[in-house]
Amino acid sequence: MPKLSLKKGASRKSAYDLRSPLSDVIETHTIAVLVDNESGVLARVIGLFAGRGYNIESLTVAEVDHTGHLSRITIVTTGTPAVIEQIKAQLARIVPVHEVHDLTVEGPSVERELAIVKVAGTGDKRVEALRLADIFRASVVDTTLESFVFEITGTPDKIDAFVDLMRPLGLVEIARTGVAAMSRGT
Amino acid sequence: MSRRMSGAQMVVQALKDQGVDTIFGYPGGAVLPIYDEIFQQNDIRHILVRHEQGATHAAEGYARATGKPGVVLVTSGPGATNAVTGLTDALMDSIPMVVLSGQVPTFMVGTDGFQEADTVGITRPCTKHNWLVKDTDKLAQTIHQAFHVAKSGRPGPVLVDIPKDVQFAEGKYVAPDKAEIGHYQPQVKGDAAAIAALVEAIETAERPVFYTGGGVINSGPAACKLLRELVGATGFPITSTLMGLGAYPASGQNWLGMLGMHGMYEANLVMHDCDLMINIGARFDDRITGRLDAFSPKSKKAHIDIDASSINKVVHVDIPIVGDVGNVLGDVLKLWKSRGSKTRADAVQKWWVKIAEWKAVDCLKYTNSDKLIKPQYALERLEALTKGYDRYITTDVGQHQMWAAQFLGFEDPNRWMTSGGLGTMGYGLPASIGVQVAHPDALVINVAGDASMLMNIQEMGTAAQFRLPVKQFILNNERLGMVRQWQQLLHGERYSHSWSESLPDFVKLAEAFGAKGILCDDPAKLDQAIKEMIEHDGPVILDVVVEKHENCYPMIPSGKPHNEMLLGDDSTDGAIGASGAVLV
Repeated sequence: MPKLSLKKGASRKSAYDLRSPLSDVIETHTIAVLVDNESGVLARVIGLFAGRGYNIESLTVAEVDHTGHLSRITIVTTGTPAVIEQIKAQLARIVPVHEVHDLTVEGPSVERELAIVKVAGTGDKRVEALRLADIFRASVVDTTLESFVFEITGTPDKIDAFVDLMRPLGLVEIARTGVAAMSRGT
Repeated sequence: MSRRMSGAQMVVQALKDQGVDTIFGYPGGAVLPIYDEIFQQNDIRHILVRHEQGATHAAEGYARATGKPGVVLVTSGPGATNAVTGLTDALMDSIPMVVLSGQVPTFMVGTDGFQEADTVGITRPCTKHNWLVKDTDKLAQTIHQAFHVAKSGRPGPVLVDIPKDVQFAEGKYVAPDKAEIGHYQPQVKGDAAAIAALVEAIETAERPVFYTGGGVINSGPAACKLLRELVGATGFPITSTLMGLGAYPASGQNWLGMLGMHGMYEANLVMHDCDLMINIGARFDDRITGRLDAFSPKSKKAHIDIDASSINKVVHVDIPIVGDVGNVLGDVLKLWKSRGSKTRADAVQKWWVKIAEWKAVDCLKYTNSDKLIKPQYALERLEALTKGYDRYITTDVGQHQMWAAQFLGFEDPNRWMTSGGLGTMGYGLPASIGVQVAHPDALVINVAGDASMLMNIQEMGTAAQFRLPVKQFILNNERLGMVRQWQQLLHGERYSHSWSESLPDFVKLAEAFGAKGILCDDPAKLDQAIKEMIEHDGPVILDVVVEKHENCYPMIPSGKPHNEMLLGDDSTDGAIGASGAVLV
């Protein structure tokens, strides 16, 4: 992924400057953070958000480079443009943080989330659940005579829509991974 | 070639290789192996404090007076938790400090062992970074990395937690030049386009001001020299935060004095009315800005800071420059000279005429008395009688701290140590000890209040043991003066728990510690008492009994902008409104 012009400790000039930094509009941003996979690093990131009163809408983390011991944290957060800039600057100064990318402003990006959804029911409701799952390209990963467990992948909006449809059909339980995201192109 | 040694030996070797000559500490079960190694060497001096908080403030004083990181060694559990206030203080004021803490052995971690605490968990938000070392082979490298992080970029405190079995085990020692210090390399060079924009702004400004902070002092003596050169070249007025005093000399002709809540009238009005504000190494703290939406409404603002997160945090600036102050000022001056730059001398001259009008208000004036010692008078006399000395001043927190900042003048950096961001009462005495350790022959004075003094009074024992001739100059009003002042202005003169009853006899207390005690309550005898304090070769407590209800002015009441300052003779009725009352 291309480097954010915000190097560690740098101010940045980007398309972002076209928007008023003093706007009161609350925006949603997806931020990817590359960190050393060392003990406590997630606590540092979460502690920053909790301590300074920033929102976390979604958070995913996993090691992405075993030899380099690097993990990627994807955070979806909300705030005014000034708060978003402050979040990125605060993240960038954490010692084990290598890179901070604001995927929302760095050009087009893809976002995916995986959910596992359990739906219980019989008769028409059961048939309808299966039919809708097919439309959403959710796959059945477990079934009994009275329930399905679906696996669905997509944008958070798509998963929200699927979950809403399952609710009247016997939705029992949901597990969501949170968002993984990446900029498009090379 | 790497050498094999025990973890405890590594700690001492790594400190030596980092050029450490002094550590402040307190032993305990989980650091016994390290203390055993300290016993068997003479290169590093260990100052035994009386409480771990004292060790951290002493290390802060040492760091601020030398520019080198202060080093602290404490045991696990309570040793580490007692260090938390000092760590937070150093984080807020960007003081380089390395704290080494003992921990229960790795196989006991998580079992609620005796004197176990989750030290890295507790100190995560109050350090720049911290480490728990589980492998002796990684210990030396981690300590070298800790020094690198503490000193680089915006300096700050770090902590290395070392379980006892790691101290006993053998491993490979790595020297600093062989150690991997990781990718942490903050940017020091400022953006050329932004620097050019700043130079252009300086050329066209009509009502400019330099607003400088502790970042100039952290950047080093060379940065202070460049600042003086730039102020000289432009002829612009300069003011500073509490943390930045001494970067520009108080006797300099462009000096306006400190700004902020208890800053100079002229400095705050210059900030309010300026058309170009050049912030160098300061962070728009709430003590400086007052009411944010009315803060310097007409100015273009430039901000030089090594920490990108300081820029646009609370005040939006027009020219952000991320970089080391010294490096950036060097580039600014280079460009200034190569362009043959000139300022709008006529307009700036008019600006100085306006400033002279504000100066004429004489905002520090007070009514003196020949019966009672006024705290302002005490500090004026202290200033007059110590001017020629190789002098370092520390303070505690409260009214006396603000009066010290107003009435004492600092000609050089690293001569003024005070707890600015965190406002830690009890900072002054241990800090004075750290300064005196660094500068054994200097005159080190802690300006204290009667209440602050008692918060770390046990450190008088440290001063006595190590024959550190620190002078404790107490402005004793038998009150928590600043709390009392706020209760007067804000809470209908209901003085809830803001007086010091059952104060000790400070003269006897000094003597009990093996120090000298002097009492003075007569303005006519004050000079003699101060001279006696200076001339005594050893630690002294000078208990100056002052007027009890003196308020500290000028003052920007909370919730008010810079141009609504209170002066000493103003009425204080309703000075703080309902919206200001919720602020601290």
